[in-house]
Amino acid sequence: MSEEHYLELCENPVQFENASSVNNVFFDEANKQVFAVRSGGATGVVVKGPDDKNSVAFRMDDKGEVKCIKFSIGNKILAVQRTPKSVDFISFIPDYPHLECSQECKMKNASILGFCWTNWNEIVFVTDQGIEFYQVLPDKRSLKLLKSQSVNVNWYMYCPETAVILLSTTAQGNVLQPFAFKSGTMSKMPKFEIELPVVPKPAKPNLTERDIAVHVVPREGSYKKTNVLKLNTTGKFALNVVDNLVVVHHQSSQTSIIFDIKLREPDCALNVHQPVLPGRSIHPYRIPLTGLAAVPTQPPVPCELCILYETFSPACLTCAVCSPFASGYLWYLQVKLPPTVNLLQDKGKLMDFLLRRRDCKMVILSVCAQMLNGGDKGGLPVVATVFDKLNQVYKEYLEAEQTYTVATESGPSRGSAARERPVRTQAVIDQSDMYTHVLSSFSEKKDTSHKFIIAVLMEYIRSLNQVQITVQHYLYELVIKMLVQHNLFYMLHQFLQYHVLSDSKPLACLLLSLESTYPPAHQLSLDMLKRLSTANDEIVEVLLSRQQVLGALRFIRSVGGHGNISARKFLDAARQTADQMLFYTIFRFFEQRNMRLRGNPSFIPGEHCEEHVVYFKQVFGEQALMKQVTV
Amino acid sequence: MISPRMASGMQEKQYTPSLLSFFVYNPSFGSREGEEEKKILFYHPSEVEKNEKIRNVGLCEAIVQFTRTFCPTKPAKSLHTQKNRQFFFEAEDSFWIVMVVRNPMVEKPNKDGRPPTIEYQEEEILDTVYGAVLRECYSMYKLFNGTFGRAMEAGGVELLMQKLDKFFYRYLQTLHLQSCDLLDVFGGIAFFPLDKMTYLKIQSFVNRVEESLSLIKYTAFLYNDQLIWSGLEQDDMRILYKYLTTSLFPRHSEPELAGRDSPLRPEVAGNLLHYGRFLTGPANLKDPEAKFRFPRIFVNTEDSYEELHLIVYKAMSAAVCFMISASVELTREFCEQLDGLVGPQLTLLASDICEQYNVNRRISGPDKEPQFKFIYFNHMNLAEKSTIHMRKTASVSLTSVHPDLMKILGDINCDFARVDEDEEIIVKAMTDYWVVGKKSDQRELYVILNQKNANLIEVNGSSSHMFSWLYLLIPTLSTTFSSWTERNKGKNCTKKRERKRDGERAMDCFTTLKLSALQGVMTASV
Repeated sequence: MSEEHYLELCENPVQFENASSVNNVFFDEANKQVFAVRSGGATGVVVKGPDDKNSVAFRMDDKGEVKCIKFSIGNKILAVQRTPKSVDFISFIPDYPHLECSQECKMKNASILGFCWTNWNEIVFVTDQGIEFYQVLPDKRSLKLLKSQSVNVNWYMYCPETAVILLSTTAQGNVLQPFAFKSGTMSKMPKFEIELPVVPKPAKPNLTERDIAVHVVPREGSYKKTNVLKLNTTGKFALNVVDNLVVVHHQSSQTSIIFDIKLREPDCALNVHQPVLPGRSIHPYRIPLTGLAAVPTQPPVPCELCILYETFSPACLTCAVCSPFASGYLWYLQVKLPPTVNLLQDKGKLMDFLLRRRDCKMVILSVCAQMLNGGDKGGLPVVATVFDKLNQVYKEYLEAEQTYTVATESGPSRGSAARERPVRTQAVIDQSDMYTHVLSSFSEKKDTSHKFIIAVLMEYIRSLNQVQITVQHYLYELVIKMLVQHNLFYMLHQFLQYHVLSDSKPLACLLLSLESTYPPAHQLSLDMLKRLSTANDEIVEVLLSRQQVLGALRFIRSVGGHGNISARKFLDAARQTADQMLFYTIFRFFEQRNMRLRGNPSFIPGEHCEEHVVYFKQVFGEQALMKQVTV
Repeated sequence: MISPRMASGMQEKQYTPSLLSFFVYNPSFGSREGEEEKKILFYHPSEVEKNEKIRNVGLCEAIVQFTRTFCPTKPAKSLHTQKNRQFFFEAEDSFWIVMVVRNPMVEKPNKDGRPPTIEYQEEEILDTVYGAVLRECYSMYKLFNGTFGRAMEAGGVELLMQKLDKFFYRYLQTLHLQSCDLLDVFGGIAFFPLDKMTYLKIQSFVNRVEESLSLIKYTAFLYNDQLIWSGLEQDDMRILYKYLTTSLFPRHSEPELAGRDSPLRPEVAGNLLHYGRFLTGPANLKDPEAKFRFPRIFVNTEDSYEELHLIVYKAMSAAVCFMISASVELTREFCEQLDGLVGPQLTLLASDICEQYNVNRRISGPDKEPQFKFIYFNHMNLAEKSTIHMRKTASVSLTSVHPDLMKILGDINCDFARVDEDEEIIVKAMTDYWVVGKKSDQRELYVILNQKNANLIEVNGSSSHMFSWLYLLIPTLSTTFSSWTERNKGKNCTKKRERKRDGERAMDCFTTLKLSALQGVMTASV
């Protein structure tokens, strides 16, 4: 069963003191910081982030109960809300004194719902009557109002990544008004309305933060309701986004389901998503007991999952906070890919899903290997689909790389900003990955029929060709090896005939080596060398080795390389044939060449042809040597 | 086969070569005197009197036996006489097949009511051509009946005689000896030119079908009567190809033409309509009376000796042969499954190929009649291409050139066969035609040119140009040009042969290609 948990909590949670009468715990989602405020700050404030960099400990005066506490970006300024009307600021800029100031909201009778930092010194107050955008001037101990907007607000959401605040307005709360913030400016974006659910989606009297309808909010243009997540249950939910997946935790059934909003049906404006995987609970987490109380032999206490589900912070996006014991923990939620493999039967969908995950490479490769070895039903069409999906991503990367190279080569003169080198994600599975991790071991499987192996290899080659990726020769070699092993020379021949196995020198040499078992390989190999047009030397060698001396000579003449070829090589080969007329012809040819090059028919010492001259004189007589024409 | 021809006012009758007799015998079956008849396993025409049969068989046996004394491994292959020519072929150990062909002749009527004079043209027919026809007869028999030896094992002489009788009775009627030529010698396969991607798609299709219908042992894929893929070995494919293109496809060509122009497949309830249909086996799957019997063929007779059902399935111009072990009973369910699986895919694939083919044709420019005609053959892969022959049909093979020229091609081929070396021969025929033959390694190329008053040098020049044209046409021809030797093959006949002065000239023309229009004519090599 443990194999089925595809969600888990990270290994090293952030541990903090549990909330109590003297200790208040706050979580700032934007900076992922947990604040433990003891006695209103008088006995200390401990700030812990996901890594040690963000951890700070300090004291502040107890000026009443803290309602909310948040650092600005980079821990520069601390904002503390103690009353419904005002927020206090403490400067934490290094080498500056800890100056304090306070700011009340401008609107009368308004109470602050919350505040969000949009920059190191810019903050937005969200009140029930609107929003106010301030710049904090720590050295002047004051705030400057940059902009404000009056609107009824039920609740708000802030997305730190895009600096967008979403306000719920109107009595029913179903009109959402986004505002975008960017270095001192606030822009109102078109508002949109949410159809109140009639279908048994999470039905509530009116819309609260816990309803789920994901809207992709573009920076410009109009909104469309692009995605709908079908939960098929009711009750309390919590949402996380992990690795581009929307994770929905359902409290009463204590399960979590994940949605991949990029998995979509084509040609469909509104995507109604079904959960990618069947719901499962988070992998149980065991909290190691530490400290004096811990008995070494005692097993770690399993963390009660029900508690986990109950304590999910509704606003928390990537972390889960819980406080089941004396101390609180902050975890990152992680998606484990291997268990998903068995839960998602449709291999095509599985690939789509995996290709968008972060650490997917080895999982994908193992899925491929399993698909080929396990005798999975579905066969070649499924194999083909998987290959096509992998190669599509591979191709997109190669193209990006290509445009980048072209862009950098043409120089920055084009005016466009220097492009960024495309990042090679784990989803890029290239030919060598495929070869080393999947295909080479697969092709050595004894219990798999060679027909299937060849079909799979051809399918991979087809898939690469389909997206116009040049196939590496080791894949061809694998195919040839399989065909030769099973004496399927005629198949090999047909592949070569249709240039399915592309020309290359290594391939031509491989073919040449097959000549003894399959004579036609010789012709195939020579043709290939000839087509390559960079392998003239090899062709000459091949022809000479088969004692086709005249043929070799004619060939080298036809490509215009006979001026500087080694006469000795040809004469040696001619001597070996024991055909005296042939030797005569070759000898005469080189005499004529010498004549043309140097005006003298004799060989120069560097050519090492002395023994052949002696032999020529022996056989044909001295007078047969070509005379130098003297004018 | 009489074609009257008016010549100088007198009516002359021209007779083309025809089959006189055809028989199969095994000398070991009736070695005792008086039992000679037992040697004869098949004799055509059957109405010949018994003693004449015995005499003819005896003569052949004697000739073969006699010539063995000169060369034990290579006994006589043919016997030339004034009126006819006999071809001997030992198909299997001690099993001989003999074909007697009457020489072509001219009948010249005489005045004064005297009987007409008959002139036999003994030199007009070629041993290589008819020798090849005879071997093909055996191969075809073997394809559908297996070897003689196996028939003997299974049912003795009686069974063998039955089989021979049944097969050759019909087959000999389809022999058209008057139109046999060089192509019969080659017995080649025309390959369909195709780009790599489409080819890979076909591969993928074949693999998928073989995977989902695991009964299928071998598959062959053809388009436009040209081969694209063969899972069978070369020799088996060669004869199967011959059967398909000269017998099976021509018989089914008419309904095909009707189907091609109908509107695109409409989608009916998610079920693609398709054009697929069985060329062998049931004509109509829906017919409750339909019989699910397919022709059986024998392949790999040298080693594994397999008997297979031959299913030929066609959609538009694409035809696929599926071969299934004969030990399996083929049922209606299987055929329906195959139809449902292959039909839609094959229809799509066929239109893909058609599209691809048309694109290539458009690139290569409008169809222009080239100024020359050629035959190309590669012994290595049996690839054959001819612009001389029109579509071959069951009944007759049409050539677009005069038979005399075809004869010259055959002659050159004989010359090539005599020596192992590469060579080139240029022949001036009587009627302003030049015939150029080249042989390199395993490849042979024959070109017929018509240039008035051309001299050898010009012919050489333009033939070189043509070879370079062909080089583009047929990429794997390349090495042809690297190893030509010229040889003088003087021969005194009605044609004039000249020695080619410089064989290398042909190669030099390579660099002068400017035939970009032809690129893409043939993306696949042959």
